[in-house]
Amino acid sequence: MGMLALAVALVAAACSSGNSGSDLESVAQGCQVDQVDGDLSLYNWSEYIDPDLVQEFRDTYGVDVVETFYESNEAMLAQIEAGGATYDLVVPSDYMVDIMRQEGLLVKLNKDAIPNMANLDPKFTGLPFDPDGEYSAPYQWGTTGIGFSYDVVDDAADLTWGLIFDPEMSAPLTGRISLLDDEREVFAAALKYLGYSVNTTDQAQLDEATALLKAAKDRVATFTSDSFEDLLVSGEVDLAHGWNGDFFAAFDEADAWEDYGYGIPKEGGVAWVDNMAIPTTAEAVCTAHTFINFILDAENGAQLSEWNYYASPNAKANELIDPEILSDPAVYPTPETFEKLEFLADLGDFATNYADAFTEVKS
Amino acid sequence: MTTTDERPTRVADPEFERKAERAEALRGFLQALPSYAYLVFFFAIPLVIVFVFSFASRSRTGRPVLSDWNLDSYAKLFQPIVAEIVARSLWLALLNTVLCLAIGYPFAYWLATRRSARYRAVLLVLVLIPFWSNFLVRTYAWRVLLGENGFVTEIGRALGLWDKLLFTQPAVFIGLLYGYLPFMVLPLYAALERMDWSLVEAARDLYASGWVAFRKVTLPLSKPGVIAGSILVFIPSLGAYVTPDILGGAKTTLLGNYIVRQFTAARNWPFGAALSFVVLVVMLIATIIYFRTDARTI
Repeated sequence: MGMLALAVALVAAACSSGNSGSDLESVAQGCQVDQVDGDLSLYNWSEYIDPDLVQEFRDTYGVDVVETFYESNEAMLAQIEAGGATYDLVVPSDYMVDIMRQEGLLVKLNKDAIPNMANLDPKFTGLPFDPDGEYSAPYQWGTTGIGFSYDVVDDAADLTWGLIFDPEMSAPLTGRISLLDDEREVFAAALKYLGYSVNTTDQAQLDEATALLKAAKDRVATFTSDSFEDLLVSGEVDLAHGWNGDFFAAFDEADAWEDYGYGIPKEGGVAWVDNMAIPTTAEAVCTAHTFINFILDAENGAQLSEWNYYASPNAKANELIDPEILSDPAVYPTPETFEKLEFLADLGDFATNYADAFTEVKS
Repeated sequence: MTTTDERPTRVADPEFERKAERAEALRGFLQALPSYAYLVFFFAIPLVIVFVFSFASRSRTGRPVLSDWNLDSYAKLFQPIVAEIVARSLWLALLNTVLCLAIGYPFAYWLATRRSARYRAVLLVLVLIPFWSNFLVRTYAWRVLLGENGFVTEIGRALGLWDKLLFTQPAVFIGLLYGYLPFMVLPLYAALERMDWSLVEAARDLYASGWVAFRKVTLPLSKPGVIAGSILVFIPSLGAYVTPDILGGAKTTLLGNYIVRQFTAARNWPFGAALSFVVLVVMLIATIIYFRTDARTI
């Protein structure tokens, strides 16, 4: 069993690599405003930052920015957990900040080095995934709703999850619907339709949602998280469950703003916020702080939102953003709609119940 | 012992013989060393790691914890839903293998019986050309062909045969057949091409009909190709998940995406490890049995 011992040793080595969080925290506490201590390795979602902003950061601070991309929170987490590679800054979504924080994978921020934190809208500080805002600073936020063709829905105000879940209402859309291939998001839609919280840990409510989804599956063309917007604009589906900014990018590319729309169903939906955080794989901790401060600058935040059509959590930036974007309820939901949105929370052990229920739906 | 050695050049010295044998064995071992190293590093060690993780536990947030060793993941394998997923995957893999064989055999036969070696080479290259581009890209290309305004859809509509194929079960089989056909054709071609065709001529001379000659001579002689091709198609089909997801609409869970999901969204590494381990071991045993029984019949 020498092989077993070797394997265990390899696994242990893999798990223990990377810096210890407390060492990096003491480095972080010593960082000054605008201090840089090396090139920045930025691990971000693809198409999520204006290249001009990256260039401006390079020019202003005289350091290079190396960008690497990921397509899902889980893929990013796996990279950070594996260690080995250096990433100074990551952009996890809300529930993932919670997971990484609890796993000890994030470095506590030195807020003294990030004075622009003061620019943030209080609505986006102290959220449950990082109650004291010690580990993360919001980057941008968005919603999960329905993208649709005006052939089937006249007005975003008419949207309801019943278009997917009500057998009668959605019958004409049979085979023309796509849902996200993401258990939490799909169940959030069903739970909202039933009037429950998207973070329910009540097995009876989850079972009810499972039955609803199983019945709706026959009308669904596909589950997909990476091409729903393309399927909509290429005419494969008429109704797509997805993230707002992705739709806008596709509408823009196809020059089809007249034919398609996006909205949040009247029962409500999911809001999410992506956050900048420093993982324990970081080396240039101070450069990372400086970059966070740079993004939270009012003008830079506005430039970012005008580039990718995602809403800014930066109150000072919102004062500068093009009023046309600011008044678009698909980007910035009205206060009434915002009331009906929920953030997904990490559910701990109950998360496996969602995974099992999703397998059940797909059986 | 030395007296029975009939080879005249051998020196009749048992010590020398043993040395020679040992040297031979050492040489054989050294020659096989890269293969052993490959198997140890890329098969045995990963398998052991998977095995170890399958007894681990899951932290509240889904991190695999290498302590609190338990059998929970194996207990979970006995849920009825797992049996359902396994049965569905086996059925899909089996059907795809049969389809590939049904189309691949006549094709390989035709290929192997072309007279010009040059023509055969050109045809073989044509079979291999799809491998020049990534499988994922080719699967997405099928999405366009089978989609709303796709070429295949237009043909079906013109002939009144089908309306739309994308996100249906037939689309999955088209994608799988397309993806794995070369893996069936190549071993079959190799077996048929090196076959001694004079045996078929002899059968015909002895008044066997074309069909009888094929059944009694060609088919048994090409059996190694059939077996190799079937294994090469069956095993990856069993784990296929890209094609069913992209062309079938990800509406049913198969073994492949079930396992992937445990390592990503579900964050249940121990269960994913247990699933992978059992699948690997079952496939390994099945393959060994298949080859063993077959070795006797060839």
